[in-house]
Amino acid sequence: MTQTLAETPLHGWHASHGGRMVEFGGWSMPVQYNSILQEHQATRTAVGLFDISHMGRLRLEGSAAAPFLDSLLTRRIVDLPLGSIRYGLLANDEGGTIDDVLVYHLEDQCGLFYRVVCNASNREKVIRWLENHLRGNTGIQLRDETYDSAMIAVQGPLALEAVAPLVDDDPSDMQYYTGRCGRIGNTFGQWSRTGYTGEDGWELVVPAAAAVELWEQLVLMSRVSGGTTVGLAARDTLRLEAAMPLYGHELSESISGVQAGLGFAMNLKDRSFPGRDALLQQKKDKTLPRRVGLICTGKRVPREGYAIASGSERVGKVTSGTFSPTLEKPIAMGYVAASAAVVGNDLMIDLRGRMEPARIVPLPFYRRSVT
Amino acid sequence: MKPEELRYAKTHEWVHIPQEDGNRLATVGISAFAVEALTDLVFLELPEVGKQVQQGDTLGEVESVKAVSDFYSPVAGEVVEVNSELPDDLERLGEDPYGRGWIAKIRLSDESALDTLMDHAAYGALCAEEEI
Repeated sequence: MTQTLAETPLHGWHASHGGRMVEFGGWSMPVQYNSILQEHQATRTAVGLFDISHMGRLRLEGSAAAPFLDSLLTRRIVDLPLGSIRYGLLANDEGGTIDDVLVYHLEDQCGLFYRVVCNASNREKVIRWLENHLRGNTGIQLRDETYDSAMIAVQGPLALEAVAPLVDDDPSDMQYYTGRCGRIGNTFGQWSRTGYTGEDGWELVVPAAAAVELWEQLVLMSRVSGGTTVGLAARDTLRLEAAMPLYGHELSESISGVQAGLGFAMNLKDRSFPGRDALLQQKKDKTLPRRVGLICTGKRVPREGYAIASGSERVGKVTSGTFSPTLEKPIAMGYVAASAAVVGNDLMIDLRGRMEPARIVPLPFYRRSVT
Repeated sequence: MKPEELRYAKTHEWVHIPQEDGNRLATVGISAFAVEALTDLVFLELPEVGKQVQQGDTLGEVESVKAVSDFYSPVAGEVVEVNSELPDDLERLGEDPYGRGWIAKIRLSDESALDTLMDHAAYGALCAEEEI
């Protein structure tokens, strides 16, 4: 069965500029333009440009929007200040993760609103989840703006130089996880100091029709400083080094935010939302498997699904693995039985039939130096 | 070696078969097209010297940032020599895939299957097809 893939407003640009297009979450996306390693390093040392228009962008308006989101998110939303952003999860009754999302509290020319950015592969599920809980709540308007807009991430130590000339006010005084709306280049949109690479950076949302012009402006500006366009493959190596979970790997309907170690995204006290009681229970349970980071001694690369063993006993499995361009070693994240999930522990990974040593290390694998 | 003088397997390995009769020693490697498609190679596992292979048997594995792939022997015979410097210098595969990027030398045991290999023109057509 072939499914028609969705295309971002920048699809034609990618295809005509060497982007190798692959399916991801129902979208046709560039996996790489040239070298993954070079795209990765450019983001770590200069600036990388990412088309992330496949991410779901929802808009909620109305006076009841904040309490509504608060009633579903693992993270408190009612006290989210205007201009601020929080990472949180939507959980099912068992505490499993429906999706991990960013919630923004913003104001544009149309007024106050909340933006929810969710994973591409979960967008329809998230909309259904929200709509099911909206029933009878007439004070809220929910709109899916994914196809009307484009989203571009500008990431890396020189991201500021690329973004600053395009936006209204000075983005250098923005705190991490804050956002604004206003003029961007020749259009209007939203920009936030957020990202999924472990670097400083901004994510921009603009109308679909304005995307190519903005993208080309960013390409020109980033080239001056050694930057490049970056595909999904390097986006994955970057987020993995930064130990950021990826839905479908470190999070799923059966893996909770507590197991994933996302305690910071859990406000469990004095709140009520789906999964809250289960998550509270899990928090007290010290026997649950835990997310760990592993560095391999050898050169072969662990991949998703590979078994992790302690001695002859199977203790877990890999959820994401790659070759770390920064550490120049194979790295992995995975879930391991609590008894074995201790930093410094030497475990084995079944690398296609051969057991090879790997050591549990503190996460993240990479942390940018703050200057 | 000139790519025009090589034979190719559908699985993107090349083989050079010398013209002289007698002890036929084939040199094998992976094509520039395959190296280009894989990109960002991080690991290569060579076959063991002495290994007996049939055409199509796994010869070793090559790993890129993205994924791991096996490569296969385009000929039948015994592995008599491997390019032991290659795993520590994978750039050779990109720079000189038909020369310093060679992988193994195989003493041919059965030449009947050589006819199934493609010449350069036929292989070029296959690559053009796969690129679309």
